[in-house]
Parts: sequence; structure tokens; C-alpha cells
Amino acid sequence: MRLRPADLLAPLAIVVLLLAAWETAAQWDVLADALDIEPFLVPAPSDVADSLWNDRSLLAEDAWVTLREVVLGLALAIAIGFAFAIALHLSDALRRAFYPLLVASQTVPVIAIAPVLVVWFGFGIGPKLAIIALVCFFPVTVNTLDGLRAVDPEQVKMMRTLDADRGRILRAVEIPTALPYLASGARIAAAVAVIGAVFGEWTGSDEGLGHLILVSQGQLQTARVFAGVAVLSAMAIALFALIGLAERRWAWWGKQPVAA
Amino acid sequence: MVELRAVGHSFGELRALDRVDLEIGAGEVLGLVGPSGCGKSTLLELVAGLLEPSDGRVAVDGETPAGERLARTVLMPQRDLLLPWLSAIDNGALALRNRGAAREDARRGAHPLFQRFGLAGFEATAPGRLSGGMRQRVAFLRTLQAGKPVLALDEPFASLDAITRAEMQEWLAEALAEQQRTVVLVTHDVDEALYLSDRVAILSARPARVVAEVRAPSPRSVPRIEAVSDAGFTMAREQALTALQAASVAP
Repeated sequence: MRLRPADLLAPLAIVVLLLAAWETAAQWDVLADALDIEPFLVPAPSDVADSLWNDRSLLAEDAWVTLREVVLGLALAIAIGFAFAIALHLSDALRRAFYPLLVASQTVPVIAIAPVLVVWFGFGIGPKLAIIALVCFFPVTVNTLDGLRAVDPEQVKMMRTLDADRGRILRAVEIPTALPYLASGARIAAAVAVIGAVFGEWTGSDEGLGHLILVSQGQLQTARVFAGVAVLSAMAIALFALIGLAERRWAWWGKQPVAA
Repeated sequence: MVELRAVGHSFGELRALDRVDLEIGAGEVLGLVGPSGCGKSTLLELVAGLLEPSDGRVAVDGETPAGERLARTVLMPQRDLLLPWLSAIDNGALALRNRGAAREDARRGAHPLFQRFGLAGFEATAPGRLSGGMRQRVAFLRTLQAGKPVLALDEPFASLDAITRAEMQEWLAEALAEQQRTVVLVTHDVDEALYLSDRVAILSARPARVVAEVRAPSPRSVPRIEAVSDAGFTMAREQALTALQAASVAP
């Protein structure tokens, strides 16, 4: 699916409409009354915009920290996931041994083990990378593996009669077939990477947007909380766009229809 | 050059081939015609060394091991199977790349065939932007580029419309006359088989056996329309169709 600029009009209109409704409701204290809380706890979008502007240096500093964690963690997960998928693809024994474990690994509540990771890797970027890589690894690996297995067997036969060895078939046919699948996996991973970073920062950190949100929450600075969330969303959307660009450059042929 | 002796093949319970005997001389073009689903493609994969026969003996150039057959035979599958991520010339040069040639060297190697097959100027084009006939020509060129003595062609023009198909048959007749390779050509079109081959073997319904052989009239004129309306051709066609009909209704 390729988005054209015109396709963005309708979702943008909905966002504007929602923001307008929220602004009106907040200005008239409708939300606060309905929730039976103090009006300052329900910031209007304009208050959030104020916070985005006034706290810009604070937000930028923390955003940089989080962005670094997310990009590094995602890159790590893509590299390891891709290599792991190829290893599983090449060896039936490995696949039989690891595939069920891979699926089972998804039941591990990462938030619950996050504190342990902090104990192991310390307070720095280590545990955040570990958490992000853990949550991103699965979609990357599984999607890539699906892609490697989606290869048309006729194409493999064709390559064999053209004297291709296993390595050439992998490089010239299987990996190119799998790249669009890898991109799908990376897109899912990008969305969870941002969530992973926030979890990581909540568990043990003195910087980053997750940390800022947690602190602002404690100080009842709800506008700043929303500002942090807005920056996080922007980050995830930017990553999505980046992956889309990479896909157009290196996987423009898309997922191949599976032959009958 | 290619020899099949009492060759049988089964996929589990399914018996695809049964006691097939065939002999194809060096430089000969043999057409294989049979009812659809009769195991023609299996036969080609056996010759090409992609499969081992369940029983009997398949030899190419006297060699029976699958690896040896694979080294001497190239298979052109029914679909063009061009890799969409490679340009036309990189598809055509795949065999050279597979043997370790650098990309530029492989392109240089495939270039003359692009000229000869009327594909000059389309080297850098993505397969998705080529017409059906051009894609098929790239696929054939890729097959020739492998430089092997035996060509196994599996319904090379099945996916084309009638007019393109007739054009491509003339084109292939010329290309084969020039190349002097041993060819096994599978098709379900009797005219195509007789026009392109020296000899046509008729296969029965599954499990396939050779039930008749028809010698194609020779010499044939290259313009297809003249060749197929020739009296000798018409006779050979009648002979082949009769055998094919008998083969299809057989138990």
C-alpha cells in the first residue's frame, strides 16, 4: 500500500476535528466537569502546544536521548532478526528447535523483566536497548522468515539449472523476495520500539521522554505529559516514513504473488 | 546425447511416468506432445537433473548422476520467472553471475544476445515493463546464455496470445537453426511441435508412455504460415493428432 498525499486528507481532517472538539470541551471545562476533576488537569490542545513551545529545549534534549535508544535498538533488532531468520531458514534443525521458542518468547511480559535488565545492564542505555531489541526482534524475525519461505519453488529450479549454488539462490532470489516482508516487520517493530523505550525509561532512567512524562505526571504537569506523547508519536511516524523510504529504495518490487 | 531407458517416476501414490524410452541425438530437436497433466514437465526435470527417476535410467552425454545431467542441461520453465528486482540484462546474464562473473562482465557477456534477439535498448528495463513476447525472449536468452549443450524447453510460449505466439515460433525456429543445440521441447500444440522439431514423440495420458513418433517434414520453410500449409506438414499433423487422440482415450 502506497500513500498518496491525497490519501492523507481525510485522516488529517479527522485529527483537526478531534482537536477542535477537544479544545472547545477543555476551554469550557466540559471534560473536567464530566470527569469531576480540576480543570488544570485537562489541558486543551492549545495548552499542549504552549508546552511544546515553552519546554522545547527540555523536550528536545529528552527526545534526543529517546530517539537514540529507539534507532539503535531498532537497528540492532533488524540486524539480529534478519541474521537469525536466515539461519533458521537455512537449517531445518534450527528452525524446528527455535521457532516454537521464538513464538513462546512473545508471552514474556517485557515490562516485568525490565527491572531485572536494569540490574544486569546498569542505569545507562544498555537495558533500554535490550528491551527495545527484545520487543522488536520478533516481528522482524517472523516476517523475514515468512518472506524467505514465500519464494517461488519454480524460481529456485530455474536458478539451479543456471548453475546457482545455495549461496547464490539465497542472495539472488530468497533475500530479495524477503526484503519487502522484512520492511513490514520493521514497520511493526518501529511502533513497538517507541513503546519499549518508554518502558525502559520508566524502569530506570534520569533522562528521555519516558522519564520526562513520568516526572511531569508526578508534578501534575499534564500539558507537558501530552507534549511528550506528541513528540513520541511524531518520532514513531517519522520512523515509519523512513522505513517506507528505505522500502522504495531497496524493496520496491513488493511482496511477490505466490504462484499457483 | 539424451537417453531415457524404461524410465518411470512416481510422486508418492501418483504414477507420472511409466517405462518411457527416448533417444535424442546431438543437435536434434525432439518435440514432446501429450494430453495436459501427463507428466511432460516431470520428464524435462528428469532430463535436466532436477529429479532422480524412481526407476529406469536417464543419461545425458552418457552420464547418469543428477549433478552431471544438471551440468549439461538447462531447463526453461513454462513461466518466464524473470526476477523483478533485476533489469532485463541482469536476468539474461544470471547464469554468468551464478558462475561467479562480476556484474559488468556478465552484462557484457549477455549483450550480444540482446542485440541478436531484438532486445537492444531494453537492457536496463525492469521485467515488469516488458511485453509478454519480450519477457519470453529474455527468458530464452537467459537459457541460451547458460551455454549448455542440451536445452529442455517447457511450453515456452504457452502464456502468449496467438499472434505473439506465432511470431515467437518463427523466431525460435531461426534461433535454434543458428544455435545447433540438442533440444527437448514440451508443448501441447501439435503444430508448434512439428514446426520446431525434427521429430515428435506422442505421450499417453498419465502415467505417460511414448505411444507414437512422428517425423516432421524436412526441410521446412521458415515462414510459419508456409511451413504449416505444406502437404507433408498436413500429413504429419494428421498422423500426430490421430496418435494423440488414441493416447488420450486410452485407459
